[in-house]
Amino acid sequence: MNIGITAIKVVIVISVTMLHVAYVVYFERKVIGHMQARLGPMRVGPHGLLQPIADGIKLFFKEDIIPSGADKPIFYIAPVIGVIAVLASLAVIPLWEGFSIADLNIGVLYILALSSVGAYSVILAGWASNSKYSFLGGLRSSAQVISYEIALGLSLVGIMMLSGSANLSDIVRAQSDYPFVLIQPLAFFVFLVSMIAETNRAPFDLPEAESELVAGYFTEYSGMRFGLFFMAEYAAMFIMSAVATVCFLGGWNGPDFWVFSYVPKIAWFLIKVYALIFFYFWIRATLPRYRYDQLMGLGWKLFIPLALVNIGVTGLVKESSNPIVIKL
Amino acid sequence: MPGTYIPLNYLPVLIILIVATLVGLLPLLLGIILRPKRYYPLKLTPYESGNPPVGEPQSKFSVRFYIIAMLFVVFDVEAVFLYPWAVAYDRIGLYGFIEMIIFIFILLIGYIYVWEKKALEWE
Repeated sequence: MNIGITAIKVVIVISVTMLHVAYVVYFERKVIGHMQARLGPMRVGPHGLLQPIADGIKLFFKEDIIPSGADKPIFYIAPVIGVIAVLASLAVIPLWEGFSIADLNIGVLYILALSSVGAYSVILAGWASNSKYSFLGGLRSSAQVISYEIALGLSLVGIMMLSGSANLSDIVRAQSDYPFVLIQPLAFFVFLVSMIAETNRAPFDLPEAESELVAGYFTEYSGMRFGLFFMAEYAAMFIMSAVATVCFLGGWNGPDFWVFSYVPKIAWFLIKVYALIFFYFWIRATLPRYRYDQLMGLGWKLFIPLALVNIGVTGLVKESSNPIVIKL
Repeated sequence: MPGTYIPLNYLPVLIILIVATLVGLLPLLLGIILRPKRYYPLKLTPYESGNPPVGEPQSKFSVRFYIIAMLFVVFDVEAVFLYPWAVAYDRIGLYGFIEMIIFIFILLIGYIYVWEKKALEWE
């Protein structure tokens, strides 16, 4: 393996993703704006297209305030941990046939492990800020993230049973005939809702519910550190949408007839990812926020049993399609 | 050293970790040169809707969060056991399926117990 080529791949993928993240913010503001009969950002550049760049430059020039009594080293590194955890997940996402930075045979496990590491950044930020809002926001968020992670993980078990692999590229190859969403609709539903809760987005954005907790765990953060949290959140949306695309919507596979066969594979992947990101914004503009007890109840009492039922049914159906051979 | 296993597959993961750390740290280090530093005590007080902060922020928290964390460990271990089983499902057949049903059934008893004990209620 050539280290140089891998390093170049890593730098390209990460910088393209960062650019995407900046414009996903713009995309969100435009979509939400039009859904609320506004125009969204219009001033900076044509149709506000330079808005994300202006925002980025502004963040560089903002004062970095550390509240008195904060636990300084932890306060410093918490947002960096969040960014590292999210960007490192990019390593296993297969963008097209044969292209992923690290072709690990435990890709699904790797993604879930890193999303757990992301929970550290949230709870450390909440703890280190020495502020009540941050503390409550951090606790809520970590409880929410770990609750929904179980449902998220269990909903992917059915996919691994069907494809016989935890390697994300193999999972996509197993869907060359039809996407798994057609035979695993229940798991897709569980995954879709859990991924919104896992990334702390509306209607499950309780940790940063501005009406009760100001800004949750990043109340005390300002300037570029705030920017890093923001970046981590939007990159996490991108990763989660990419995992949903890979596991349920067939990844880079697209229809292979007529003019569609000339469309490059990466385009199919990005179209599906962006459709899911649009779905995030659509949900945010449509639904009111959940109450915290409703949120935890939904995760523990509905989604975990549903995911387990899905595993059982998948196993039964798969078993009944095989000739029964009892081996002892 | 002969016989030492070097996980070459994971080398890109190490590289992406290094690059991601740089992406996280560089804007902060660059910002040191650019950003203003005009601090005074009032600016550094933790936010509490404009009032002076009252009491200790990190004193007590609800035991519910603690219970949720313990439940998470139990169910996450369950999920981790399910992964290798799911990947090898084609090869282990009916025997493996029945074994896993028994495993999930035992956990289900614990799940019902937790539910009955009202550990999942947030009043």
